[in-house]
Amino acid sequence: MTDDFDAARSGDPVHETPEVLHAGTIMIPALGLDASLQEVGPSRSLFQDAWRRFRRNKLAMFGLFLVILLILVAIFGPLFVQSPTKYSKTVFREPPTRQHPFGVDHRGADVLSRVVYGIRLSIFIGFMATAIETFIGVVVGAIAGWYGRWIDSVAMRFVDIMLGIPYIILAYAFITVLGRGVTAVVFTLALTAWLQTARTVRAGFIQVKEFEYVEAARALGVSNFRIMARHILPNVFQPVVVLMAVGVGSAILSEAALSFLGVGIQPPEPSLGLMVNDARSFLSSAPYLLLFPGLAIVLTVLGFLLVGDGLRDALDVKDN
Amino acid sequence: MAVFIVRRLFSLVITLLGGFALLFILFFALPGDPATKIASNNGSKNASPQVVANVEKRLGLDKPIYEQFWNRLTDTVTLSGESYTTREPVSDMVKQRLPASLRLAIFAMLIEASIGIGSGVLSARRRGSIADTITTFAAVIAGAIPVFVLGYLITLVTGVYAFEHHWPEWARFPAISNNYDPSQWYLFIIPNGTQFELLIQPAIVLASVSTAIVARLTRTTMLEAQTADHVRTARAKGLSDKVVSRKHVLRNALIPVVTFIGIDFGTIIGFAILTETVFQWPGLGSKVATAAGQSDLPVVLALSMVVMLIYGLANLAVDISYAKLDPRIRLAGAK
Repeated sequence: MTDDFDAARSGDPVHETPEVLHAGTIMIPALGLDASLQEVGPSRSLFQDAWRRFRRNKLAMFGLFLVILLILVAIFGPLFVQSPTKYSKTVFREPPTRQHPFGVDHRGADVLSRVVYGIRLSIFIGFMATAIETFIGVVVGAIAGWYGRWIDSVAMRFVDIMLGIPYIILAYAFITVLGRGVTAVVFTLALTAWLQTARTVRAGFIQVKEFEYVEAARALGVSNFRIMARHILPNVFQPVVVLMAVGVGSAILSEAALSFLGVGIQPPEPSLGLMVNDARSFLSSAPYLLLFPGLAIVLTVLGFLLVGDGLRDALDVKDN
Repeated sequence: MAVFIVRRLFSLVITLLGGFALLFILFFALPGDPATKIASNNGSKNASPQVVANVEKRLGLDKPIYEQFWNRLTDTVTLSGESYTTREPVSDMVKQRLPASLRLAIFAMLIEASIGIGSGVLSARRRGSIADTITTFAAVIAGAIPVFVLGYLITLVTGVYAFEHHWPEWARFPAISNNYDPSQWYLFIIPNGTQFELLIQPAIVLASVSTAIVARLTRTTMLEAQTADHVRTARAKGLSDKVVSRKHVLRNALIPVVTFIGIDFGTIIGFAILTETVFQWPGLGSKVATAAGQSDLPVVLALSMVVMLIYGLANLAVDISYAKLDPRIRLAGAK
């Protein structure tokens, strides 16, 4: 097609025969294409397009609803419940009543308020850990993918080693060093979870850095950092967005697991994992102590995982 | 093939060494001094400096870091270390706990493969049916529920509720029991009645997440394989639905599934920490967790390395079987 065009333009004598009409006939399908584009409507950006697809996915919309609902609970919930560390001196392990809809735990604290504050803490930890993890993963992945050679080998070998250690043992090792409490948990989760992001970003960089426009930018003398940040990163960021959404969910799961094992959040801080750990001694006498925090973890994680899945479909990211 | 296996084994050794070094450094960098901790565990709260120094000497903690690293490494490789706290030889621990871990993991894998692939195939073949919706939904929930919540929920039903409401004998399970008896397993893997009762709940819980992933993966790959050209050709040839789906669809669709299940075997052994804690199953995971809590370095390192080795070997086995399942795949280094 373009050959014909170029030939015609350059005045190739062969094409000055009536065959040059070809150039005209070629335009017709092109025009047709334009017409069909107009039928579809104005052009949409990638994210508008993704949102259209996301909206049609019922499970993903349910996930989004859960996420928004729980974020609202995390922000405004504390206005409506008492302090999670206000202990009653008379009421212990009381089943749900009108005054305490989720019951009272073995220390005399209102379970509802502990669940609300627990969700708040979970979501905070999930977002913080994911932000740090994504930052580390993007930086390591970008450097490994862009510079290649020994930097890449060393970085990827390190990633392989960390992935070879079972996750919980790795997290356990990190948290033992970092101590206890919210900050330690956030950093433990971030330092153990960036591996997948780094791999994904690296793969994207290796693919995209060969493209002509990157070469053009290099020829124009654009700095390495600017090419990486402005020219390549936006093009490899879609799978990272998916990993972020899923990452918040798995960070919340891991936080609950660490707290459950007793090495994460420490009492009296309200953590959902910790509440499940407390509840296990009273399984038969007070099952509500298990059910409400357990349900809160499931719904929070579920919301983020569903949003992640929905984003994966909407952005058409291939699973690896 | 041999070249490939040797290369992969070499790479596995490097990974294990790297993992060993990483764990060693992390635990070595601990703020608290393990000798003080151990000395005060054994006796009074504030151990005298003399006692601490003795403990340090006994455990070799007074030596420079490179020497300690070397000692730990040789101890771990030969499995000749002993616990800082109980002085129990690490080799005994591995001998006792590895079979328990393997039994749990093998049963979890059987559940994962049978239920996962089964429901995945079902929901792919009847896409959009009620069975499909239920499978999809159950898979989503299973992915979001922490194993310890699931574990206690099951215990709540079978261990508490079932007893309170006088359910039939077969639906009642003792909540948690210390009756695990390694001598009551036939041919290593077949449990007798009471051992089966102990095993089945942790196995289901341990398998839950993986089963969900396998079901979803099978469904996706089945749907993809159904639209492949060679399947259409097979249909056009007049082959029956049964033959097409068994020989042309399933065989291709199962390659990524088998890969996942194989790799997951290692993950299951590693992740069993939570399940083992919930059900007090005497496997490697729960021991690693308690040892890590006590900075019991020889135990943590040795048991982690055993888990990492299984993980690495599972991956290798998958890669080899991969080439067997799909002749198009040529292994790097193989001619």
